[in-house]
Amino acid sequence: MFGEGLLKGMAETARNFLGSYVSKDRLTTVQFPEERVAPIEASRNFPFLVYDGKDWQQGMRCVSCLICEKECPPKCIFIEKSTDKKPDATGKPQFYPAVFNIDVSVCMSCQICVEVCPFDAIKMDVAFELSTDNRFDDLLWDKQRLAKSNEYYGKIHPTEAAAVDAQLAEGRAKLEAKSKLTTEAKAVGAAVPSAQTVSGVTE
Amino acid sequence: MSAATLPAVHLTPKPSIDGSEGQLLEVSMGPQHPSTHGVFRMDVVLDGEQVVKLKPVFGYLHRNHEKIAEQETYLGSMPYTDRLDYFCSITNNWAYALAVEKLAGIQVPERAEYIRIITGELTRLQNHACLIGFLMQDMGASGTPLMYAFREREKILDLLEALTGSRMMCNYMRFGGCRVDFPTGWLQQAQKVVEAFPRFLDEYERLLAENEILMARTQGIGVLPKELAVNAGVTGPMLRACGVNYDIRKVDKYGIYDRFSFRVPLGEHGDVYDRYMIRLLEMRESVKVLQEAIRDIPSGAIMDAKTKIRGFRPKAGEAYGRIEAPKGELGFYLISDGSPNPYRYRVRPPSLINLTVLEDMCLGHNVADVVVILGSVDIVLGEVDR
Repeated sequence: MFGEGLLKGMAETARNFLGSYVSKDRLTTVQFPEERVAPIEASRNFPFLVYDGKDWQQGMRCVSCLICEKECPPKCIFIEKSTDKKPDATGKPQFYPAVFNIDVSVCMSCQICVEVCPFDAIKMDVAFELSTDNRFDDLLWDKQRLAKSNEYYGKIHPTEAAAVDAQLAEGRAKLEAKSKLTTEAKAVGAAVPSAQTVSGVTE
Repeated sequence: MSAATLPAVHLTPKPSIDGSEGQLLEVSMGPQHPSTHGVFRMDVVLDGEQVVKLKPVFGYLHRNHEKIAEQETYLGSMPYTDRLDYFCSITNNWAYALAVEKLAGIQVPERAEYIRIITGELTRLQNHACLIGFLMQDMGASGTPLMYAFREREKILDLLEALTGSRMMCNYMRFGGCRVDFPTGWLQQAQKVVEAFPRFLDEYERLLAENEILMARTQGIGVLPKELAVNAGVTGPMLRACGVNYDIRKVDKYGIYDRFSFRVPLGEHGDVYDRYMIRLLEMRESVKVLQEAIRDIPSGAIMDAKTKIRGFRPKAGEAYGRIEAPKGELGFYLISDGSPNPYRYRVRPPSLINLTVLEDMCLGHNVADVVVILGSVDIVLGEVDR
């Protein structure tokens, strides 16, 4: 009969419409500003710089090695390396970024800076409500705006942050053991080249 | 009417109605037309309602992808491939990774191959679901079918976000494997989505497959002859709807596709209805592949340990990696001169090549059918213009 297929389709629509009153999974719309879906742990949106401890300037992990600046596909990172060294969170003198800017109007949140960073200093954020009325200054984020604490990182990506913390702690323990060994060796009087302790940093 | 009396189609529309050819009308459809699936323009010459000439004009979304990739490192182009066909970034990643792996001779671990198949087939599901939704929207069924399709797509996008961190711009594959392993509970969630998918397909078939209006609008419309399709290099569901048995998953067996039992649905008439049905049937086959892959996935490494992320320099040479993307054969052709960036980088986009037969399919049909035929080609302008 002509029109049978049409009626069948309409029956399907009616089933969905009436079903939405009884069945929860037919009612899929989330009324956004009032209701929100649960955050997904892996989601990413724009990078931030991780710092340890309380002071963002002192605790910044970034040592200004310029790798992310070089590897960034759209070239949205701008870094100026410091000329002097300052003690970092563990008290070790390190270079630091004098200027670290990310142009978020260019950034495409691809995560490649995170992957190439050998110091776990740059990570992906999850904040997405970032609209602004100034399209120049407010979209060029400096290092103060980018700096976020390691606790914040642990809060937004718990699994990933736990792995990173464990890895860093392991590296620090290794370094400590090594430097202990070096001081002991020095005490004995054996000549150990000082470069060896410096090279341990990146391992 | 002889061809000599037709007005020339120019890039910029100009008034073509003069005294002598008052019967013909030149219409510029697009680039901001809602049914052109992006910034795509068609210069259509009409005789009343009928199309007598059609000239596709594209390039409005050209972003110089190939040339930019020649300035970038191999890894740096990976996020840009997401932006080619933004519906299926996973398969774009896959094709590019495959080309680079061929170039550098990298072996992919077994688990990574399974992950690629699972994510790739999920991408195919959501792309086809979207396409049939958009096709119905183009036909004037505003809302209902598209929303049903998007409801299913949303579940798959949630899965992709939980795995890759992004819903559409996944940037997931790496040379020699995949970036991250499944988070806890992901596979169970994926299995749930895959198992529920045939129910959506049944529902969709009940909703539309026998619909008289759909049949009247699509059957016998936009027929693409077999010979023309083969000669024009059309691939993917478009080609299979004409009855040509050519699926790169079967022909080339890239990755580990030879381990899965699935069939290749074929059409008969090559019209819009066949192209619509092919997509529905292909989704059912994809579900089979997914179920097998989720069942069989082994544990192990997901990245080739020998491949470095930074400072990647393949030896001089050339390679062509191709996969069966949801839209057709997606290929990347790379020439390396041993430097960190490719000497030549070329994309073979399925959308662009499938689009070349648009005029042949549209001639003699009404303007309203042009929209439907274009919808059935399944184009994404990000890929057409690159």
